[in-house]
Amino acid sequence: MIAPHLPALIVVVPLVAGLVALFLGRGHLPWLLTLLVTWAVFALSATLLGRVLVAGAPPVEYAMGSWPAPWGIVYRVDAVNAFVLTIVSGIAAVCAVFARLSVAAEIPAERWRFFYSAWLLCLTGLLGITITGDAFNLYVLLEIASLSTYTLVALGVQKDRRALTAAFRYLILGTVGATFLLLGIGHLYMKTGTLNMVDLADRLAGLQSDRVVLTAFALIVTGLGLKVALFPLHMWLPNAYTYAPSVVTAFLAATATKVGAYMTFRFLFTVFGLRVTFDFLSADVFLIGFSCLAILVASVLAIRQNNIKRLLAYSSVAQIGYIMLGLGLHNHASVTGAVVHVFNHAVMKGGLFLALGAVVYRLGGATIGELRGLGRRMPLTAAAIVVGGMGLVGVPATAGFISKWYLVAGCLHGDAWPLAVVILVGSILALLYVWRVVEALYFAVPENPSLPVREAPLALLVPTWVLIGASLYFGLHATFTVATAKAAAVALGVGE
Amino acid sequence: MDDNVVIRTTARVLMPFMMVFGLYVIFHGEGGPGGGFQGGVILASAFVLYTLVHGIQASTAIVPKRTTDVLAAAGVLLYAGVGVWCLVRGGNFLDYYALMHAPHDPGAAQALGMTLVELGVGMTVAAVMITLFREFAES
Repeated sequence: MIAPHLPALIVVVPLVAGLVALFLGRGHLPWLLTLLVTWAVFALSATLLGRVLVAGAPPVEYAMGSWPAPWGIVYRVDAVNAFVLTIVSGIAAVCAVFARLSVAAEIPAERWRFFYSAWLLCLTGLLGITITGDAFNLYVLLEIASLSTYTLVALGVQKDRRALTAAFRYLILGTVGATFLLLGIGHLYMKTGTLNMVDLADRLAGLQSDRVVLTAFALIVTGLGLKVALFPLHMWLPNAYTYAPSVVTAFLAATATKVGAYMTFRFLFTVFGLRVTFDFLSADVFLIGFSCLAILVASVLAIRQNNIKRLLAYSSVAQIGYIMLGLGLHNHASVTGAVVHVFNHAVMKGGLFLALGAVVYRLGGATIGELRGLGRRMPLTAAAIVVGGMGLVGVPATAGFISKWYLVAGCLHGDAWPLAVVILVGSILALLYVWRVVEALYFAVPENPSLPVREAPLALLVPTWVLIGASLYFGLHATFTVATAKAAAVALGVGE
Repeated sequence: MDDNVVIRTTARVLMPFMMVFGLYVIFHGEGGPGGGFQGGVILASAFVLYTLVHGIQASTAIVPKRTTDVLAAAGVLLYAGVGVWCLVRGGNFLDYYALMHAPHDPGAAQALGMTLVELGVGMTVAAVMITLFREFAES
């Protein structure tokens, strides 16, 4: 009886668990529930992905409350969102393993249940945004995800009080973004009288010169820009990532902006449609422009950071630039590259932030100074940081290479070789900021050599290396990820 | 304001009516204007009035922080629980028709589902409203 209800269960199970977690007392029970639920949801998402990827299979649809498509809320799963669902739930599952020790070290015991409750609600929101086929339902779930994210960031207050200002800033800018999105959806509803995405797409065809639709387009793209942290709307991201608890940073960096990228794909490619977005409105011009700025400026800013969490946060802004560049180019190779980069970057950045979480667990911080000479004292953690960093640069045999390969192919296919140069320059800049970390790890003397520092415990090392190992595995065997990304590109309307 | 007899008496007279009206709006939601959100706020406003008159200590003595926390979560759980119960009985999530086996009036199943769900919404909204008011009153 589970099979037909898979899409609903993926959202309902973490929602119910998130509320139950509040009643489980002050021990490790809320964590245990989180662990079980995230792995269960990962299994459900993977099953759903398997079902959607069968050649010629129609999208899986699920009518909430049995109200049929254009009237009721319908969950609609195709290759694109099944892939994103699997990424989000998979990262959440791996991070949940890491969470027990890391959270115990960074958050006081009486707040653990609130932490895991917010964590599960955030997961509910992210999965819901990804799975739903209803524009207003998407907004509601976006608010669930965002509000719990602000809480999660603010829970870093025990380690650093600046977490509060970071969370507040994120709250203001995130709410502005969500409001833009809501206004845009409202305009669409006013014009078409429907909220179902497929129905919206049908009714919007031919309305491209309508002012209400144009206003909606502008509002939605601005709101999404804030949510994905597309340069120059990224101002909330570096502080939020720096001061959030370590495991939250890993989870958010790997999933939240990826879900934002998914929403952008969904609205621009499915709801407004390729013809309106690119042929009529030429949205590619500013999307590509801002993406290039994101890649170059954020990478340069990353080089100057001394706090490694902050360095990687700026690197995330740059990586979002790559995804948006692939989106803006809107040809088969570039969209494949963008979708596969959603996966590859989630794995690499998740692994890197987990490795930093292990460093924070042992040393209490993650600045360049604290990383000095760590290569000899925490060899496995340091190696994880190096391998993840190589992925960010795009060294062959890492996952980052695969995405950049397809992105460059997309640039050349679109006769836009200067953009290929931007990607290469971005990789060189990435090499510079990764090298600063490697230099500190292996070629510098420890600041305080007498301080005893041991390798991180296995409970932290295993999840870190699962993600870092995945970034190597999918760099060498990219068949699955690339095939899925290609199916996703076709589902988005850009065939070969 | 604890010493002002007019205010104290007015509050005492008004409170039961506010609460009954709040519950009325919650349970009226499935057949007319109203519902959990509006009713929940009206219900909470009775406690806000009580807090304004008698102070925050007296208010937390009647409805402790723990109670509002539990109510807030339990309301959402009731909502989701109704949905899951529909699943268990063979319908889609939140398909209220699955709640009753062959009722004499098919609308009865919908009414039952909506009433339970609105009760959940009302509980959560009232609890969150009281919590918000207290957080601001304390700071």
